[in-house]
Amino acid sequence: MSAVIEMQGVSKRFGTAIALDAVSLTIRENEFYALLGPSGCGKTTLLRVLAGFETPDEGDVSLDGKDLLAIRPNRRPVNMMFQSYALFPHLNVFNNVAYGLRMDRVRGSELEARTRDALAMVQLDGLEGRRPNQLSGGQRQRVALARALVKRPRVLLLDEPLAALDKKLRGQMQMELKRLQHAVGITFIVVTHDQGEAMEMADRIALMRDGRNEQEGTPEELYERPASHFVADFIGDMNFFAGTRGADGVRLETGTILRGHGDAGAESPAWLAVRPEKLVIAQARPAHAEDNALEAEVVDISYSGQHLSVRLRVPEADALVLAKVDTADPNVAEIERGQTLWCCWPPSASRILPRESYSEVRENE
Amino acid sequence: MAKVRPERQALRAHAALVYLFLYGPIAVLVVLSFNESGLPTAWTGFSTRWYAALAGAADIHRAVLNTLIVAVSATAVATILGTLLALGLERLKPRAWIDGLMFVPMIVPDIVLAIALLSFYTLLEMTLGLHSIIFSHIVFNIAFVAVVVRARLRNFDKSIVEASIDLGASEVGTFWRITLPVIAPGVIAGALIAFTLSIDEFVIAFFTAGAGPSSTTFPMLIYSMIRFGVTPEINAIATIVLFVSFTLILISQRINRPVANP
Amino acid sequence: MPESLRRALLLGPGLTWLALFLVVPTATVLLYSFFERGTYGGIDTILNIENYVRAVDPLYFGILLKSLRIAAVVTAVALVIGYPVAYLIATAPKRLQIPLLLLVMLPFWSNYLIRTYAWIVLLNREGLINNALRWLGLVDEPLSLLYNDTALVIGLVYGYLPFMVLPLYASIARLNPEIREAATDLGASSLRGFWTVTVPLTRQAIAAGCIFVFVPSIGNFITPDLLGGGRTKMIGNLIYDQFLKARDWPFGSTLALILIGVMMALLFLQAWFVNRQMRHG
Repeated sequence: MSAVIEMQGVSKRFGTAIALDAVSLTIRENEFYALLGPSGCGKTTLLRVLAGFETPDEGDVSLDGKDLLAIRPNRRPVNMMFQSYALFPHLNVFNNVAYGLRMDRVRGSELEARTRDALAMVQLDGLEGRRPNQLSGGQRQRVALARALVKRPRVLLLDEPLAALDKKLRGQMQMELKRLQHAVGITFIVVTHDQGEAMEMADRIALMRDGRNEQEGTPEELYERPASHFVADFIGDMNFFAGTRGADGVRLETGTILRGHGDAGAESPAWLAVRPEKLVIAQARPAHAEDNALEAEVVDISYSGQHLSVRLRVPEADALVLAKVDTADPNVAEIERGQTLWCCWPPSASRILPRESYSEVRENE
Repeated sequence: MAKVRPERQALRAHAALVYLFLYGPIAVLVVLSFNESGLPTAWTGFSTRWYAALAGAADIHRAVLNTLIVAVSATAVATILGTLLALGLERLKPRAWIDGLMFVPMIVPDIVLAIALLSFYTLLEMTLGLHSIIFSHIVFNIAFVAVVVRARLRNFDKSIVEASIDLGASEVGTFWRITLPVIAPGVIAGALIAFTLSIDEFVIAFFTAGAGPSSTTFPMLIYSMIRFGVTPEINAIATIVLFVSFTLILISQRINRPVANP
Repeated sequence: MPESLRRALLLGPGLTWLALFLVVPTATVLLYSFFERGTYGGIDTILNIENYVRAVDPLYFGILLKSLRIAAVVTAVALVIGYPVAYLIATAPKRLQIPLLLLVMLPFWSNYLIRTYAWIVLLNREGLINNALRWLGLVDEPLSLLYNDTALVIGLVYGYLPFMVLPLYASIARLNPEIREAATDLGASSLRGFWTVTVPLTRQAIAAGCIFVFVPSIGNFITPDLLGGGRTKMIGNLIYDQFLKARDWPFGSTLALILIGVMMALLFLQAWFVNRQMRHG
């Protein structure tokens, strides 16, 4: 697949605050791409650079190989769906959607047909005459979507498209957005702070932090092979054990070695990270000597349908650990609070990550 | 029905008296204006003769016309300047001195503004007339229009301007197609308030009108009539003026109602 | 279009107008106050502070003090009358609040002369109130209700009461009703809850309302002229006289500046008060 958007070393400062710090990314044709990160990470600024509402201090942005920054915002083949939807309150649904076409001097029957097509695409037929304040939140979202799609942009930018919807509707709209993206064959770039949303919808994700692109990859790559503590912590739930990188794993302060894979310099501070669902709880130390095993005390148990969430204190690592175990597992039937058990997992399920800054330690505590 | 506590009842009684205090005197004028005898002492029957008497008075026609000329001109200029000012202020960091400058014409005693403008016009050796009243009225009207439009802009979602540009409109096109229609209720309400203030304004007009009936406004005429004494014609004039002012303000309130969110 | 040009185009015309017809005229008055009255009512451009010395002469200073006193009484009356009304409106059902408030504000938007005239009709010797009193047999001779300080205070309260109610309403309506309920829940009677919770939390609005009533009251000249009958002069009438009767513009300018000075002092006092409140929570 060929690249639609290429960003090289894009930086943007607001006063002394650095919003974007030399960001480089490539977004491919027909991709559903998510810019993910906590608030203030620069993801929205990046989107606004693409739309033309912010001009970067440094760096290049190209669209189909042409310099995008040289094009005025109202001439870019890029449309945006705003977080507030930004529907024109004085225009009805039809005129909101037709607005962009009118700016392109589309007239008469073509205007009519294309507007109606866009409305049909988001299942809003019959609501043409309504004003925005006569629509529900979900309907307004669809108008905003139709309005941004009607001009058939090369790239559609979506700023927190689902943030204003309630939880149930959000799930439906995730599916709907994916379906639409396949149907229209336009590159979607979505900004979100919700990792679940990004994982469900996106083909690829750029996880941003403090204006930098922390890791870019498919949802699976980010989940299974996080490159840093930040990524591992942001995507899904993760247990961390602090120690020092040894020859075949991470050595805890007590000397116990936890085995795993990953990059970290020898004898440097490191994390061993393992997902809660990879942990196995056992009454006795497992026979399989390769597996990591730590003694733990059950602190709390909560039931959530398919699995039990078990919180355990691991004295040896001075850590609280979360394990998600299958309710059908016969091993867990008799777990009680206060009980001492063994918490085990295979080395292949754990990642070794560098433990650099003090702030990471703080975040984990 | 739920029992109302005695404190609440006392509060209601007090409020009722205050509303009576506010509307009683006005109501008396309106009733007397239809009294055949024209006297407050005795009701001799319903009559519109005092209104008929106004219809033939040439000085009243002249004064009303002058007031309309002043109010329409001052409102037109002030609405444009005040709206632009409000839009400009929206783009600035809040600055105390600008807020102060806007606030001054609204709060400064009218006699002070009146003598200041008179001194200024005299210094310039400007001939006084309707135009000098218009210039003066624009000063406080700008402030009122800007305040009303700014209040409207506070609820204005700035992303609709970006949305319009994103969809291909130019900056100027966006102003005419999006910004102006959306803030229009605020602009119209501000203009109606400016117009109402202008047709009722007396002190500044009195000082900056110059001599002669050619620039006598309607409030100036009312003032000279009141100083002369209580007459039935004033009651009729008062009733008309009250009716016009209240109608204009109620219309402006209705237009500028915040849009209800669903 | 660069942002600076855009701002200049938007702000330029309005600010220019305010500078030309507000700032420059005020500066003119400031300049005049240091000049002298000419022989034929003109202005002699001799710089001196004679006018300021004259302003503290008991004859004029007494009028300033009287104006301050009347404006203070008007403010106090408006606060006592207005606070309960603002409280009632702010605690009324939501759908009634705006109509009730509009009813308070509406008279302000009509002609001030006519509203003042209404009180002449009510209070004069042949007026409605005297007639009613005589008909009831309470008095034999008509009372002199008009042309005194009481009539003046009534007229000013009538004119500016809306200015008191509006900021108080806005402030009380913003208060979380649960705060009042918490006070009641903790055992305060509703009157005690009012004094210990509502009033302290609306202090800023009380200050704002008092300024809004005090400033136009002290500068007023229509009401003393029409309801005080020229017997009760306030500083506004004095300024009027200097400009249109005595034709001593420099002295009139001085008096106007003193009036502005009083007003500014009050506004600064209020700003200081608000700042202090914010700093101390």
